[in-house]
Amino acid sequence: MRPRPSSPGILVLRQAPLILFAAIVLLFGALAPKFLTADNAINVLIQAVPTAIVAVGMTFVLLTAGVDLSVGAIMFLGGAIAGKLLVGGQPLPLALGAILAVGVAFGALNAVFVTRLRIAPFIVTLALLFIGRGVALTITQTRAMNLPDSFLQLGATRIAGVPLPLMVLGAVVLTAQVVLMHTPFGRQIYAVGNHPANARRAGIRTQRILAAVYIICGFCAALGGILSLAQLGAVSPKFGEAYEFKAIAAAVLGGTSLFGGRGAVFPGTVLGAVLIQSIETGLVILNADPYAYPVVTAAVILIAVLVDSVRNTALSRLTQRRIRVDA
Amino acid sequence: MTSAPAVEFQGIDKNFSGVPVLRAVTFSVAAGRTLGLVGENGAGKSTLMNILGGNLRSDHGRMVLAGQPYAPGHPTDASRRGVAFIHQDLNLFSNLTIAENIFLTSFPRLGGAPWIAQRRLHTRTTQLLHDVGLDLAPDTPVERLSTGECQLVEIARALSVDARLIILDEPTTSLSARETDALFALLRRLQAQGIALIYISHILEHVRQLCHDVVVLRDGAVVAQGTIATFSTAALISAMVGRSLTQLYPTRHGAATGEMALEVKAVSQPGIVRAIDFTVRRGEVVGMFGLMGAGRSELARILFGLEPHASGEISIAGQPLAHADARRRIEHGLAFVSDDRRHDGLCLHASIADNLALVSLRSHARGKFKLIDRTGWQRAISRIREAVRLTAKANDDQPVQTLSGGNQQKVALGKWLLMSPAVLILDEPTRGVDVGAKFDLYQLMLDLADRGSGLLVISSEIEELIGICDRILVMSQGEIRGNFRRTEFNRETLLTAALPRETQT
Repeated sequence: MRPRPSSPGILVLRQAPLILFAAIVLLFGALAPKFLTADNAINVLIQAVPTAIVAVGMTFVLLTAGVDLSVGAIMFLGGAIAGKLLVGGQPLPLALGAILAVGVAFGALNAVFVTRLRIAPFIVTLALLFIGRGVALTITQTRAMNLPDSFLQLGATRIAGVPLPLMVLGAVVLTAQVVLMHTPFGRQIYAVGNHPANARRAGIRTQRILAAVYIICGFCAALGGILSLAQLGAVSPKFGEAYEFKAIAAAVLGGTSLFGGRGAVFPGTVLGAVLIQSIETGLVILNADPYAYPVVTAAVILIAVLVDSVRNTALSRLTQRRIRVDA
Repeated sequence: MTSAPAVEFQGIDKNFSGVPVLRAVTFSVAAGRTLGLVGENGAGKSTLMNILGGNLRSDHGRMVLAGQPYAPGHPTDASRRGVAFIHQDLNLFSNLTIAENIFLTSFPRLGGAPWIAQRRLHTRTTQLLHDVGLDLAPDTPVERLSTGECQLVEIARALSVDARLIILDEPTTSLSARETDALFALLRRLQAQGIALIYISHILEHVRQLCHDVVVLRDGAVVAQGTIATFSTAALISAMVGRSLTQLYPTRHGAATGEMALEVKAVSQPGIVRAIDFTVRRGEVVGMFGLMGAGRSELARILFGLEPHASGEISIAGQPLAHADARRRIEHGLAFVSDDRRHDGLCLHASIADNLALVSLRSHARGKFKLIDRTGWQRAISRIREAVRLTAKANDDQPVQTLSGGNQQKVALGKWLLMSPAVLILDEPTRGVDVGAKFDLYQLMLDLADRGSGLLVISSEIEELIGICDRILVMSQGEIRGNFRRTEFNRETLLTAALPRETQT
């Protein structure tokens, strides 16, 4: 007697993230017709790239039931160091390499604390958030730093007509999707998130898997930072702030569970990131009070998580095993 | 037999922080034969198997696997040498597919590339599922499988690494009779292929059905071994407990009083249960028998207020409370010991004391600020520990998960003792519990009844219900199909009533 979920109610529940996305787009479209233009759609997509890339890395960590709060600090510290190098006359590739190196180094640091010293990921990455931001503020002396035009051009470059940021996002998402769904490493990440003790017993090297996801997340944060800097053209003391929130929110909106083992980069996390960006852009078009942005964004995320939790309860009830056939 | 044994244990010793758990354990398992490993909980069976499976290392002694020295440092060493361990709480990942579970650490790959060869994964899994007689698609998510099907997936995984020795730890505890038969048929086929099996179980009847040889462990030492035919069941039990158990069930002194403890009238929930009608009086022990999936556990959860019901009335001690939540039902004197003590019955990481105090904690709150009266609390905990005969070795502040199954169940039951409930519902109270601890649990239940509680005991073991109950209700397909008095107890009648009928009304 296996549940065969097929009723329309269950279908609606399963597609809740997509339906929420459509609702938001239609709402903004109704309020501001400009929102539904192709230009705006491409604009939203490009604007969403940094969040999406950071969120892809975050998804890896969330799948193991961990969390990485240091992603925003990684972006800021990488940007600060790159800014110093560029202002000092160093070439662009070196600066980009430095940013990615900061990401991998911070990821590795997180990994060491989580896997070797067995400290809770929440505490480790929270500490590294403050350390990272503190060091970056010292480097920048809390002043904004303008980046050379060469950096801004990264964001404007097109390859075969496709904007570079979208190319990078495409490559990151494709790689992440293949790794998660079609490699032993990826499937083992899901196993570790589902039941760490069982994973160890099954012969999976769980510590190695955990270490890897934090390094991947650090790298993605750094890459997202580069693309964000290429849009902004400057490193401000607030650069990267609240990115941990946006990244976690994007993943959760896309259906990734905070308890590990459930979720996907595509379409899930990418959809979540685009949804968050749609809200921000929509509010800009509507000329809303800028201070209202975080309130609205947070409210939508809260609603999404609420819908998710209601959905899980309802799904488990609807797919409960039937003991007898009643009308 | 001329060939080398599948595995030989030679003088295995193991200590946990100075306490000897295994003492000079020596025996061997022949290829193509099944060895039953029996003993009370805490006798050292799990420790020994964890050493064999590469999860633990012995302090002294050595193992010989198919004639070669064997000292695994990690579970992967064991599987590389053809040893597979199927744990009681199955080692599957519910979020992955059958194929992914089987090949999780040995995915077929495309040449030297890092990605999975999906087509080969599919064909190899199909073949393995065919071998174990499981008719499911390889990409079925494991969360959709029944426990019996999960067991077969575990065996398929063992076959995938070409295991020559398979350890099974209590494989039948959550299987239906039909699933058990299918499992045994498969295990016999594996024996015929020359695979050696070590079969751990408290269900001696199953050991007798399946095994050729038997080894009895007590307090970490081998106390008896030989071919199964040379042991009577009574001899096995007395070897396990170290004394002869003249009685498997305690004597019943009390009897039902006239006062109603639990009244259930026409309770229905579409798709789950229909028109459930019965009563339990104070001091009465009522059994509820049924096969797996008859709806007994679901009914228990409805009675306790964990699941909804569409119609009908439930009264506790004369008080109707149809749609009250579990918390209000507890206040009215209803208590529930779930069949899933790991998830529902206990806070595994919390201490014994915290678990025992959980239900009655508020009654120890004193003064204006409702602070907990530590001394009174402590006294109450010692009283329960004594009443449930919890092992003296454990400290109050030790996490419950370090206890054996029988002792865990005593804690799960013990937490209700302080409130002397009007009604106590027990779902499979002795599952996975050894013979000695079972007797203690039965005694405890009868004591509760003698002190005026009404008991509803849900079980799949006819024997134990016949042993301790005043009356047995039989459930099938979500309905009550029989109500038998003590004088009418008979295995065949009970089982016949429990069998599902072809057509449903």
